[in-house]
Amino acid sequence: MPKPTPFHARTSALCSSLFWKEWAGYHAVRSYDTSHEAEYQAIRHAAALLDVTPLYKYEVRGADAAAFLAWVTVRDIRKLKVGRVTYLCWCDDAGKVVDDGTVARLAENAFRVTAAEPALAWLRTHARGFDVEIDESTEQLGALALQGPFSRDILADVTDADIRALKFFAVTRAHIHGTETWISRTGYTGDLGYEIWVPRERALQVWDVLMDAGRSYRLLPAGLDALDVARVEAGFLMNGVDYFSSNHCPIESRKSTPFELGLGWTVKLERDPFVGQRALQRESQSGPRWGFVGLEIDWVEYERLFAEFGLPPQVPGAAWRAAVPVYDLRGHQVGRATSGAWSPILKRNLALASVRSEFGSVGTRLRIEVTAEYQRRAIAATVRATPFYNPERKRAT
Amino acid sequence: MSGESAASTPRQASRPSRSSYDAIVIGGGHNGLVCAAYLARAGRSVLLLERRHLLGGSAVSEEIYPGFIYSSCSYIVSLLRPQIVRELDLARHGLEIIPLESTFTPYPDGRSLARWSDPARTREEIRRFSARDADVYPEFGLAMGRLAHFAKNVVDVPAPDPASLDPRELLKLRRLGRTFLDFDGDLRWLNLKLMTMSATDFLSLWFENEQLMAPMSASGIIGTLLGVRSPGTAYVLLHHYMGEIDGAYRAWGFSRGGMGRISEAIGRAAEAHAAEIVTRAGVQRVLLRSGKARGVVLESGEELQARVVISALDPRRTFLQLVGEEHLDAEFVTAIRRFKLRGSSGKVNLALDRLPDFKARPGDGPHIRGDISIAPDFDYLERAYDQAKYGSFSERPFMNIVIPSLVDPSVAPPGKHVMSIFVQWAPYHLAEGAHTWPQRREAFADAVVSTLAEYCPGLPDAILHRQVLTPWDLEQEYGLSEGNIFHGELSMEQLLFLRPAAGWARYRTPIRNLWMCGSGTHPGGGVMGGPGELAAKTLLKAGEI
Repeated sequence: MPKPTPFHARTSALCSSLFWKEWAGYHAVRSYDTSHEAEYQAIRHAAALLDVTPLYKYEVRGADAAAFLAWVTVRDIRKLKVGRVTYLCWCDDAGKVVDDGTVARLAENAFRVTAAEPALAWLRTHARGFDVEIDESTEQLGALALQGPFSRDILADVTDADIRALKFFAVTRAHIHGTETWISRTGYTGDLGYEIWVPRERALQVWDVLMDAGRSYRLLPAGLDALDVARVEAGFLMNGVDYFSSNHCPIESRKSTPFELGLGWTVKLERDPFVGQRALQRESQSGPRWGFVGLEIDWVEYERLFAEFGLPPQVPGAAWRAAVPVYDLRGHQVGRATSGAWSPILKRNLALASVRSEFGSVGTRLRIEVTAEYQRRAIAATVRATPFYNPERKRAT
Repeated sequence: MSGESAASTPRQASRPSRSSYDAIVIGGGHNGLVCAAYLARAGRSVLLLERRHLLGGSAVSEEIYPGFIYSSCSYIVSLLRPQIVRELDLARHGLEIIPLESTFTPYPDGRSLARWSDPARTREEIRRFSARDADVYPEFGLAMGRLAHFAKNVVDVPAPDPASLDPRELLKLRRLGRTFLDFDGDLRWLNLKLMTMSATDFLSLWFENEQLMAPMSASGIIGTLLGVRSPGTAYVLLHHYMGEIDGAYRAWGFSRGGMGRISEAIGRAAEAHAAEIVTRAGVQRVLLRSGKARGVVLESGEELQARVVISALDPRRTFLQLVGEEHLDAEFVTAIRRFKLRGSSGKVNLALDRLPDFKARPGDGPHIRGDISIAPDFDYLERAYDQAKYGSFSERPFMNIVIPSLVDPSVAPPGKHVMSIFVQWAPYHLAEGAHTWPQRREAFADAVVSTLAEYCPGLPDAILHRQVLTPWDLEQEYGLSEGNIFHGELSMEQLLFLRPAAGWARYRTPIRNLWMCGSGTHPGGGVMGGPGELAAKTLLKAGEI
């Protein structure tokens, strides 16, 4: 049985649809209403509050904390300033990605790591020889994502921290009506947004304060279905959907390197040794075999395909994550699209895909499998730069 | 406004950079802008002239009361053509549409009905009125959706010419006829009924409950001086189902930041293709030499040359004001004079200090995030129309209301709201004359507010400011002749190859080099953009520029 998050008393009272799913052992709302549409629109046009407690969270403390994280991840964390957060991944010795997540530097020797999958064993195994303590805080810390163009106004109304000055990927300690929290300018929507980290025993108070302050800004609680559309628009990949952790791939070919996932920019190669460094150095010379790309599915062909059956062009109501083949123009398979969504804000039919690197440059014309009226067809799709949706407000201070 | 990464408004030069262009577009409403954007995209030098200080015509966002943004005239996006969104890349230029969730009707007896996109939920709502109608409702939707499919072949191509012997025209007519014949028997007859019946009679073919039918029937009379029991009003019901033809584009929705944002997005697209846009540049007349349009004369007296001039104004303004009847054939002038404008609606926009409860269903739930209809029964609607027939505004009018701030907080300060009320009937031709509207303006708005207060008692006390637009104001300020929001009624005899006049439905005019691209041409009004797009494409295909 999945367990409740610290916000369950509120989320379950609001979830009139009873649409739930399991996320990392917790009950998580898919959508509060029977359709996620209003929740998605709130993320993009007003503000949305999401319970993201099930993210795995680890506290890394000690004199060697920075050195340890520089060793175990692809980034030189020693250079991360206090009050900053960074996005990164970590690899096995062969340079294959184990997981991706964020690292926040809360103090000189205190870091918080978030992960999609359990990482305690991995972190502790690699901590030998470092003066560092690693504890899991997933259960103790409630986590909320407050996302959307009005998220800043809402938070500024309820905290003592200078939220308006909090830069993209910064983190600060903040009181929300007396409760001590951490607030980071981060999120998984590609919009202006914050994540709020609160001790579980104060979780409900913080939820209530935010919901109350949010009323004037049309804040809606939002579930994972809305988030899934937003994250595709933002071009964010997802462990277990767009790639698989090397820790549990039964076959080598299913593993990926950071370069193959478009995470090469997080890898700092020229520095003290770190896990996977040598393999990654080799790959950086030879070049990755795969590229992680955005695809835009051609609307004219899509419409024509449905018109063949006398149907209007319907797209799946929610984001999809059942992978489909991607072909070159001669019909040879050159990759797979692993997730996608119709973007209501961009009015484009989008997908995220892994394709052979020679087909990965922006503008490349490919074909993607689409099913219409029970028939599988391939129609045109073009490689596009990600993020597909990238509003200025995401980074603006 | 806070929370807003306000996209920049189009540059809008203060004066034209040159004296001669391939094309000059008169009027910066959404159709003029679409037309200009398409011509510029095809590499033509284009100048668009707008009389007002802002772009958009009737698709504008105006901050008349500080902090509150009204979509003064048009208030929801209806069927903006997907190919325009795509081909002009409007999303990149700032277009953001938030779909309407529901249609809500409160009744004087304290009951209420909300219709949702979720069929199961709608069924439960209708069941409280009629279990039978609850079952019929989805069947009606399916039939209308199938009929609407036919509309795509009509809306997205120029109107065929039935009088022409040109084989290409005959082919087009045949294609149109074929789509009609593709309907199976029942649907074919239904289509004929739809084209000829009144909204109330047509709905009664399906339903028994009047409380359900009344708000549905009201969509048949928007923008016309007809009642729900007048023949020929049924087919407009189709408009509500035409969203279907665009599949995922489903174009009924709010424009974030108000309707002006649509116009601005199109303006930016036009400018991205190097079109020039000049505001505060009213056109006095079309410059004619040897019976051909050669450019325009601005109100300032300045002359600008162009190979073609395209008017986005309504047919009456275009021909009787900008051209002058002395340059036109008498028969054509008569046709234009007879083209029915007779505006029938007004608009009241409110700035609200707080959101008042609807007595029938209190709270700020999703039921009021879509549109709200005050249309309790047929007699109510017919009585409201009766007054208009004899030259008065309805004391208890039909209203279509939206509160965009509920889904788009950028249009009002935190916790405050804007309410947009479309009001019918408000006939342009008052018994005492259209010019008496300014004296009746406040009485008209009072009737609107007091009617709404019957459903929403807290409303009057929550009003911080009101903007009242009578048909007279729509004409004087927004340039809509007789205040007609569609540049001419969307009745059958004014559509397709008859819009705006028989033989002149292809954007050309009797004046050489003068073209039309406004809502007074096929496929007509609403923030659809079809006339602007089709005019530009027809003009380019004709190879005259």
